[in-house]
Amino acid sequence: MALLNLRSRQECGTDTVLTRLPSGSFTLDPTGRVVASTLPRSYPGHLVQQVSQCIMTAFKTARSSHIPLTELIVDFPAFKITARELRGGAIIFLAPRALGQR
Amino acid sequence: MPERPKILLLDDDQELLELYREMLQRLPSSPEVRIAASGARAIALLESEPFNLLISDLNMPKMDGLQVLTVVRRKFPNLRTAVMTSLADPQYRTRAYAMGIDLFLEKPNTPQEIKLFLECVDSLLFRNEVDAGFRGVQSKSLMDIIQMESLSHSSCVLKVTNGPSTARIWFENGEIIDAECPECKGEPAVRKILSWRAGAFETLPAELNRPRTVNTSVQGLLLDAAQAVDEAIAAEVSTPGPAADPAEPAEQESPLAPLTRLPGVEFVMTLNREQRAAESWGVENPDRLAEWLLETTSQFEALGEKLHAGRLVQYEALTTRNHLVTVPHNGSTLCAGFDRTPGAHAIRETAEKLVALWLS
Repeated sequence: MALLNLRSRQECGTDTVLTRLPSGSFTLDPTGRVVASTLPRSYPGHLVQQVSQCIMTAFKTARSSHIPLTELIVDFPAFKITARELRGGAIIFLAPRALGQR
Repeated sequence: MPERPKILLLDDDQELLELYREMLQRLPSSPEVRIAASGARAIALLESEPFNLLISDLNMPKMDGLQVLTVVRRKFPNLRTAVMTSLADPQYRTRAYAMGIDLFLEKPNTPQEIKLFLECVDSLLFRNEVDAGFRGVQSKSLMDIIQMESLSHSSCVLKVTNGPSTARIWFENGEIIDAECPECKGEPAVRKILSWRAGAFETLPAELNRPRTVNTSVQGLLLDAAQAVDEAIAAEVSTPGPAADPAEPAEQESPLAPLTRLPGVEFVMTLNREQRAAESWGVENPDRLAEWLLETTSQFEALGEKLHAGRLVQYEALTTRNHLVTVPHNGSTLCAGFDRTPGAHAIRETAEKLVALWLS
């Protein structure tokens, strides 16, 4: 049993680790690089990158579709992302939300 | 027309010039905006390089706006011209239109007025030059005239003649309050009048205490009319038979039209994501918007899974013009565009009602 536990832990990627949804903000330059952040250091960098990439792509495709997008508010049941366009980059606010919170 | 349109702004107030330049540069067409602080400088610039549009103030020292426009109309007859002034006197308006300008606007003060001003300028930039003809009041479409009356918050009576038929539209502070044509009254009359494709019109003094019979906003009426005309044209193309009457939109009403009657809703689009098919009402560039929505919705759904944050509920996109609310549901997506003026809270409340209506 101990061996099984050991094996399953070793096979677990970082994605399967239970991570708290972060609260804070970070700023992206026009290339999508994080230039400033108030997110906890414990929050995995690759997940920050996923959020960054998603937001930057949304702004970029909006520009190419001639949609003058300035702000995005993405609502998940447990999480809210607010992103504002910032001279080609973006400032992104992440806020976990409690059940039923709006 | 060059890819990036060029606008020349003429005003003696340098600060205002800078402010309007900044606003106009944010238009979706990203125009190149040049400024001139005097009539002489503006004419020199017009002589040295081509422009698509001149926006001029009226009240200026040395050479006033009407003088500049006289020279411009003679030297550059194909140039689009607009007047933007703080002079509310209708006399100047009449004179400027008589000189063949395309648009007369009062200097915008509120966010709503700024939005309308930018929309008017944008539409003017892309008006088809081939269809321009001789520009004067007579060559304007009725929709243009109604928009202008609305924009300038006019109180007047618009008398419209189409062959033997004569109709009237009553405006009060830019809102249509009543209409009358030979066959009907109220909103049906507005629709009937807007379906007329040619005719003449005349502005008469306002009538006080006219009872209100029309409660839909000017924007809503114009969108309804545009939709009815588009559908009538489509019906003419697809069925070679008796032409459909665009004045009876009720029979051909888009299934999305009821959703747009909620306050503040400017357009609606629904997407079937499996078939990548979109249906829209009132959207300026439906293909581009549909493409962006399909891609963005998929990305946010995938992000929700990666973050373990749950299924995407909705996302809001704020543009310089609108507040868009997008809601995915069972392989379909609803996107509604709202006027930003009422504020985010009111928009979210209306969006909830709209989604409930859509799901029902």
